[in-house]
Amino acid sequence: MPRVISGASVREITGPDPATWLDEHGDALYAFALLRVRDASLAEDLVQDSLLAGLRSLDRFRGESSERTWLIGILKHKIVDHLRGSGRTVNVEQDLAELEAEDAAYFDETGHWRGQIGEWADPERSLEREQFWQALHECIRRLPENLGTLFVLREVDGLDTGALMNALNISSENNVWVMLSRARQRLRRCLETSWFKL
Amino acid sequence: MRILKCSEVSELASQALDRKLGWRERFGLYMHLLLCKPCVQFRRQISFLRRAASTLPEDHSPRPDAKLAPSARDRIRTRLGSDPH
Repeated sequence: MPRVISGASVREITGPDPATWLDEHGDALYAFALLRVRDASLAEDLVQDSLLAGLRSLDRFRGESSERTWLIGILKHKIVDHLRGSGRTVNVEQDLAELEAEDAAYFDETGHWRGQIGEWADPERSLEREQFWQALHECIRRLPENLGTLFVLREVDGLDTGALMNALNISSENNVWVMLSRARQRLRRCLETSWFKL
Repeated sequence: MRILKCSEVSELASQALDRKLGWRERFGLYMHLLLCKPCVQFRRQISFLRRAASTLPEDHSPRPDAKLAPSARDRIRTRLGSDPH
């Protein structure tokens, strides 16, 4: 390991090499942010802020995880801070009313499924196909923004109900659960038509 | 205790992924699933959705729209370079 003698101290430079961060992790960070905030220039800003924060707290990186995992961790916090602070309270009541019209199409007046719920042929196999992931990303992208963000934070990042309420300024647990249910309904339908072709 | 409708069952099946259902809810859910193939499918499919989403980070297939634009890259590089960290 190279050693740098700086002033009166000797500082040993270990793993992380910030000069390579943008090249090695820039796209991964950007894709991560974009999936959660959708807006390209906002995602770029979040990447920049995260890399800066990483530079400034480099001494706190102990190498217990990979550089990328560490940087993603910083980015996750920045994303949640943005979502919380963006001043938008998720107006769930309004969102749900707008969704209701479309969602009512899934069931008939007696509460039974309208149309077929077909069986998906060998879904596990799909996970090995690149086009499947494109289709899934596209379906997530097509969700209304709040639903999409909520779904990703829940299913990809594993945030629990309390953390979700906090991140998106949602006032009740039930609203979180209903919104997730709507997201899943729509995603399921989207994948069914666009991927499983039913 | 009445038989639940598919619309209610699909809601419960989803919520079961996020919270613990009460025993009445579980009872209603499972009784309905015994009799309703579409709802069984639905439940399987949203479980698969969870599985797929949790695997998402491991997918590194290229998505052209999810790469930093060269101009953005330059801008960030400049900003990082000029930061007195």
